[in-house]
Amino acid sequence: MGGIRTTGDLVAWMQLARKMKIAEAKQYVADKLGIEVSTLTDEEEMRRLREELGIGTIISVSGSPKGILAKIRISELLGIPINSVELFKSQLS
Amino acid sequence: MSAKIRTRMGDGELVAMSPSEIREDIAVGTRDAAGKAGIPELTDEEQERLYEIIADPSRIVSVAPGDEVIVTDDGVPGSLYCGQDDSGAGIPMSRGQATLTYERACAADTVSLGHSDYSFKPVKNVISEETNAYYNISMGTTAPFIYGAQPNLGSYYQPDGPVRNPADLLLGGDVKAAQEAQEEAAEKMRQDILFCGRKLNDVGCEGLNLDTSASGGDADFMGTLQVVSELKEEAPGMPVIVGASGEFVLGMHGEVTFNDKQLAGMYPHDQVKVAEEAGVSIYGVAIGTSTNESLAWNVARSVTFTKAAVSAANIPIHVNVGMGVGGVPMCEVPPVDALTRATKSLVELGKADGL
Repeated sequence: MGGIRTTGDLVAWMQLARKMKIAEAKQYVADKLGIEVSTLTDEEEMRRLREELGIGTIISVSGSPKGILAKIRISELLGIPINSVELFKSQLS
Repeated sequence: MSAKIRTRMGDGELVAMSPSEIREDIAVGTRDAAGKAGIPELTDEEQERLYEIIADPSRIVSVAPGDEVIVTDDGVPGSLYCGQDDSGAGIPMSRGQATLTYERACAADTVSLGHSDYSFKPVKNVISEETNAYYNISMGTTAPFIYGAQPNLGSYYQPDGPVRNPADLLLGGDVKAAQEAQEEAAEKMRQDILFCGRKLNDVGCEGLNLDTSASGGDADFMGTLQVVSELKEEAPGMPVIVGASGEFVLGMHGEVTFNDKQLAGMYPHDQVKVAEEAGVSIYGVAIGTSTNESLAWNVARSVTFTKAAVSAANIPIHVNVGMGVGGVPMCEVPPVDALTRATKSLVELGKADGL
């Protein structure tokens, strides 16, 4: 689906975390992002939206969240626990 | 006289076939899968649509916008730096660099890490190195980062492992001893995977991939399912992917079960049900490619198995589409025309949730 170029990582998170089939996972992510399912693979739209949300972009924007910080935001956006994020948060506290 | 269509054999050889030859191979391929697994053949409409995909004059084919699916991987970042044995590009780069390159240059949906000796038995000996690498790289990745290795029951048999080799015992006619050897090996394998899974969960593992399960037969599959159940109890926050090794679980033991279901002889639509019971998040069906048959025959067969598995499953099904599985030709560099026809067919007609 294009990974962090579009929303492939987000849909993959839902398949892993909630065992969602592809249609359900896409709809869930689209609803969370407030977009149509057809926009999930629109590079132009997702490039802008991903930077706005701070969830990592395929083009490296200086100072923009990526890696664990982006995953913290993805975890909050999608409402799912992510193992690495939970560990990171526990170490912060 | 009908125009010939440029297509492939299962070993990648470029051939020209007539429309009727392709349609016939599709019919025979789907019939073969249906007959073996006791599942429905593709309908006439589906077979005709598959013909259109196979016969498409374009070099590369794809699904319609909106029908894209997830691609999970089993060690693709490693293919950037490893050699020919792993179909690698041999680029001198670190594991972390390879992982981030796959994520950000190849736009991968998931990324992964695995030991070069891709089985849990050798991983156990270097688990500290693996968990350190995993933790460090996971700080930089954004897409789901999966640790993968094979259960690989065969690695526990002599001369590579400690357990008497059941193949030798069977040669001597000692079926009972061969069964006991497989059970002993499966228990050692289960313990090793559990050990590695716990350690990886401790460093925040975002997904564990038990790749090429059942390669050692039904006892291999039993040990895999058992350890998934245990890990889901102990580490519910770590999703587990199980990938198959073939469309048919070989009855090397013949009598082992999981939740009272005999594992020997299971086809994908049954495999996925026991995988679900074990707690698997994503199941990867694997359908072997016959090198002697055409792309049309192989893809028809793979789509038939996949469609039945997806229909039976309540969890996502990702079809293995490496060289030699999922209708993809068995050759070192799978031709992109054949690869994309296989994947498009598996998604459009097989209704796969991913690849």
